[in-house]
Amino acid sequence: MIMAENLKNPENLVYEKTKVLTDRVLHYCPGCGHGTAHRMLAEAIDDLGIQEETIGVAPVGCSVLAYYYFDVDMTEAAHGRAPAVATGIKRVMPEKYVFTYQGDGDLAAIGTAETIHACNRGENILIVFVNNGIYGMTGGQMAPTTLENMKSTTSPRGRDVKTMGAPLKITELIAQLPGTYYVARHSVHTPANARKTKRALKKALEYQKEEKGTCFIEVVSNCPSNWKMTPVESNKWMEENMFPFYPLGDIKVPQ
Amino acid sequence: MKELRLMKGNEALAEAAIRAGADAYFGYPITPQSEVIEYLMAQNTEERTGMVVLQAESEVAAINMVYGAAGCGKKAITTSSSPGISLKQEGLSYIAGAELPCVVANIVRGGPGLGTIQPSQSDYLQAVKGGGHGDYKLIVLAPATVQETVDYVKLAFDLAFKYRNPVMILSDGIIGQMMEKVELFEQIPRSDKVYDWATTGKEPGKDHVIITSLQLQPENQEKVNLRLQAKYKEVEKNEVLYESYNIDDAEYVFVAFGSCGRITQKAMELARKKGYKVGQIRPQTLYPFPVEILSKLADKVKGFLTVEMNAGQMVEDVRLAVNGKKPVEYYGRFGGMIPSPEEILDAFEQKFIGG
Repeated sequence: MIMAENLKNPENLVYEKTKVLTDRVLHYCPGCGHGTAHRMLAEAIDDLGIQEETIGVAPVGCSVLAYYYFDVDMTEAAHGRAPAVATGIKRVMPEKYVFTYQGDGDLAAIGTAETIHACNRGENILIVFVNNGIYGMTGGQMAPTTLENMKSTTSPRGRDVKTMGAPLKITELIAQLPGTYYVARHSVHTPANARKTKRALKKALEYQKEEKGTCFIEVVSNCPSNWKMTPVESNKWMEENMFPFYPLGDIKVPQ
Repeated sequence: MKELRLMKGNEALAEAAIRAGADAYFGYPITPQSEVIEYLMAQNTEERTGMVVLQAESEVAAINMVYGAAGCGKKAITTSSSPGISLKQEGLSYIAGAELPCVVANIVRGGPGLGTIQPSQSDYLQAVKGGGHGDYKLIVLAPATVQETVDYVKLAFDLAFKYRNPVMILSDGIIGQMMEKVELFEQIPRSDKVYDWATTGKEPGKDHVIITSLQLQPENQEKVNLRLQAKYKEVEKNEVLYESYNIDDAEYVFVAFGSCGRITQKAMELARKKGYKVGQIRPQTLYPFPVEILSKLADKVKGFLTVEMNAGQMVEDVRLAVNGKKPVEYYGRFGGMIPSPEEILDAFEQKFIGG
């Protein structure tokens, strides 16, 4: 008889949780992309063997507690200030790998100045930008990246671009800056997409070692709870509505 | 060997930061303190000591860069003037909450709003009562001379690391802009000490370091607050600094700090010449405040006059210290105006002697 215990041996091992993630239970809602995005970044750090040389900066937003999950030294920044905090860290510890992990409200609204200027200085940091078009943690308010006509608790009749402004493509915006070296947009909603995200994150960390400038990886993601959909519906909605406006792929690649 | 120089207050502050072994300065230009970053840039500190100097995109970014560097256990400093210090309050609250060391200098100008670029002491309450959100305190040092500015930069770093707390040097446009003879201390080498509370890369076999001021459970947030309050008690017990003049036979005591303390000292001398037995207390730490000496003096003198370049802020702390035992009067000029010793003497005579 085949017992589960007998299967637990090295030749049957097909997957192991990366040691760069702690064992703490994630607080994210079921179906949310943050967990996978965390894992891709953690695996990228693990693959490069830089866990002990990496310092991360968590934002304010759903991923405020990211510092519990990444098993690297972490600092919690004030809302939007992660790129400035990361600048301070990187400038005094240039030999370390420094990343920020930020949502759309944090990075593209309250932290726009910090984002743009860190990128414009070409800070040798990795900025991971998770864009789900909504303020998740505060309960589904309109974000700078909320799509036109998309409903939120502060745009209950849909985002009216005449009075609320158009969704901000901040990734395309910062790609214009000479300080950014590698800018790409991916997703984590399928295994294939998640792998692409991981490859991009790994490349970005490698460029950081070479002091190439700011690398910026956007992950277009979902928010089943605040979009008020099932996880499956939210991924479908994301493909049909988010991707046309925020197309996946490289935006700026090294020449 | 003594190294004496004639230096502008802001430049002396910058030179003191280099010599104190600072690892990083992050700042943003604002009058009347822009000479600090200009001097640091001109000194090419990266070559001289390896100190990082970076002009940030805003005061907000500058204090958050300080937060990042301080979290690595590095000696980080920023300077600004009143409107810019308002912008730094968010960051200061986070730094105090996360219990990190840093030094901030405020070369105060008159307000509110954009106010004036002339000197003032109108940020007293903001400095000593916390300034940003939440229950926290900055340790606040108030120099009256360029020499004290230099000495307090070193002291500020020492206190910041001793208590893991932000320390503010509350100066003003007079001290920042004037030139005085100053004795510089010798270069202190930059430290490569690795602190167990700092984010310097996870050590194998040890827990990762987390720097945060977030506690979602109220029980835990209360614990943080209790720890902070216990720390402040220690600060109050150990770190009070003040200068006293002519208090042994004093019947009246002037209380004034910083540049205003120097002007008031002259007023005290004029009062003495007219036969009034006036002494003076010049608080050098504004938090912790010299409560004990004021309380003791309240038992033997007839009254206190606080003199400030604001609409009456420190007078609140003097009244708390005196606790109703004797009258505490206030005289001040503000909005960038500076009181003269004669004006102060007049005010004293009107309030206490009878015009």
